[in-house]
Amino acid sequence: MQAPLRYESQVRTALVEGQKDYHQVTEDIVRPVEAAPSRLWWIGFIISVCCLLFGVWSVTEQVIYGVGQWNLHRTIGWGWDITNFVWWVGIGHAGTLISAILLLFRQGWRTGVNRAAEAMTIFAVMCAGQFPIWHMGRVWLCFFIMPYPNTRGPVWPNFNSPLLWDVFAISTYFTVSVLFWYSGLIPDIATVRDRAKVKWRKLMYGVLSFGWTGSTKHWQRHESLSLVLAGLSTPLVLSVHTIVSMDFATSVIPGWHTTIFPPYFVAGAIFSGFAMVQTLLLVSRKVLKLEGYITLEHIEVMNKVIVLTGSIVGIAYLTELFISWYGQNKFEGWAFAQNRVNIFSPYGWSYYLMMGCNVLSPQIFWFRKMRRNLTVTFFMSVIVNIGMWFERFVIIVTSIYRDYLPSSWAMYYAPSIWEVGFYIGTFGLFFTCYFLFSKFFPVIAIAEIKHILKKSGESYKEKMGPLEQMPVEEFAHEYAHAH
Amino acid sequence: MAVKKFVVGVFTDEAVLFPAIGKVRSAGYKIHEVYTPMPIHGMDHALGLRDTSLHTAGFIYGITGTTTALTGIGWVFNIDWPVNIGGKSHFDLAAWIPITFELTVLFSAVGMFLTFLFLNQMAPFVRKHHFNLRSTDDQFTMVIELTEKSNAEEIKAFLTNVGAVGINLQEAETGWWIGRYDTDKTPLKHKGELLA
Repeated sequence: MQAPLRYESQVRTALVEGQKDYHQVTEDIVRPVEAAPSRLWWIGFIISVCCLLFGVWSVTEQVIYGVGQWNLHRTIGWGWDITNFVWWVGIGHAGTLISAILLLFRQGWRTGVNRAAEAMTIFAVMCAGQFPIWHMGRVWLCFFIMPYPNTRGPVWPNFNSPLLWDVFAISTYFTVSVLFWYSGLIPDIATVRDRAKVKWRKLMYGVLSFGWTGSTKHWQRHESLSLVLAGLSTPLVLSVHTIVSMDFATSVIPGWHTTIFPPYFVAGAIFSGFAMVQTLLLVSRKVLKLEGYITLEHIEVMNKVIVLTGSIVGIAYLTELFISWYGQNKFEGWAFAQNRVNIFSPYGWSYYLMMGCNVLSPQIFWFRKMRRNLTVTFFMSVIVNIGMWFERFVIIVTSIYRDYLPSSWAMYYAPSIWEVGFYIGTFGLFFTCYFLFSKFFPVIAIAEIKHILKKSGESYKEKMGPLEQMPVEEFAHEYAHAH
Repeated sequence: MAVKKFVVGVFTDEAVLFPAIGKVRSAGYKIHEVYTPMPIHGMDHALGLRDTSLHTAGFIYGITGTTTALTGIGWVFNIDWPVNIGGKSHFDLAAWIPITFELTVLFSAVGMFLTFLFLNQMAPFVRKHHFNLRSTDDQFTMVIELTEKSNAEEIKAFLTNVGAVGINLQEAETGWWIGRYDTDKTPLKHKGELLA
């Protein structure tokens, strides 16, 4: 008997359930790509496209008639659009955390979920980018934000401004995420290509696979590329939401006068991102029949991350509340005491909604039974995302609707249909992309699952059982000649 | 860029493949490539490949990005068009950190990805000879080059001995060419023809 190449303790739960070998893994994951889309897929896809079209219509209205189509005014200059921008950017963060940070930490469970999570990152950042771009009003001049030699002076953008940092951060984040995702996809696209029977499939996956062969040297470079990209993405993902938070924290608006924003935003981003990953994967594993790869163990681990980051966010809320009193800045103190904590103030309800959804409700995940309950997980994933949307709403609207000058206070801000339509449109964009992705690409990284199969696969772990029970002398005798 | 003859051995278990590589190498046969469906750690060392220096390239691209950002912003704010922004210094290094960092990451990531494609000779519409289509699925394929001195039958017997489950002889173009995967127009006349 040959000695196993890799070994993992029985104490760790199997990450691939069922009796699977390499070929079975390929079959299971490629099946949705090769099969005709199901009725459920078509329904979901058509609804998404309809939402997307409504979004296109809303944006068209806004481009034709101007930003006045939105109910923003001089006091509340940032409303739904920037709330949605921050919300979508935040959602993207979980994908990078799973694919990059957990790669550096050598977490085997990431392999089941990283591909879908990375795709989610890319689509979420695409949605996020829409908001500041269309908010510019004269969107046909959006290239003015890029620094390039021009005939207007040249007038350069202000490199000291967090808004320009955002341009660089988001575009870099998008580019690096796409490269990371695609470089991981190439070997799996080659797997689909080599199984293809139909002409168009051979052509399409042939082109997309870039001629991948799977030779050892290529894998060696691929590993090196993945590792360095993970190393680059880790500080990158932290920097992105840090910079987004600086859009607020570097200003002098009461309520944003807080240095805790960067870590607090990053924790919140990972929190909401994991919730969105749960929403997507709970549906994907069921519809695509991938329960053997995205197991209860994966769901539970992600719920642990949710309760951890939710609690970090809770500490951040309490810290900024404390500091607003302790700091003795009366404008800052008033913004917290009157605009937020006072439940009878016009937006007081949103503060408590945020607290309830983000800080209290995730505490349910301290219980193992709840972490492993799919219904609870799905429900919580939606609740958390509602809560995180309200967090951004609280930060933006409750800070600016009453500032230094009471004569300019504006009590009520409600979005217009075109603001709501734009938001719905980004959902349409996100889910249209996700549906197309889940149809045309393997939603689980095939090569990475194969890489951990003999270590963490159920059938292989079972074989290790007798070995663990063996006395040391017998084991040594049996395996002394293996190497 | 040459057409050569190869003996192709197919393995189904990496635990068999690993010792086989050692045996084939010590017997003096020239391993052209080993194709695997997933990365196998230690395989590159078993084959005697040197470490890749892709990460060094990544570092060089990164510092290029850093330099570009610092010199670019510095030139704009100090030489080309110095603007007084709230009375702040024209050389405000702390405020440039975010963009400098982002450009470092951007240059490094894009540069490395392109270098990766270049070194692996990968691009859309690039085609290569695939010795075994299942080496992206569940099989491990060891390809041994036939030189003037080596004997195909002898290598075949040797491969069977070390645990290969399928063995065949192929004549293949070693380089890449512009082509599509849905047509078989290749520079080689009898491409992939099974000679034995």
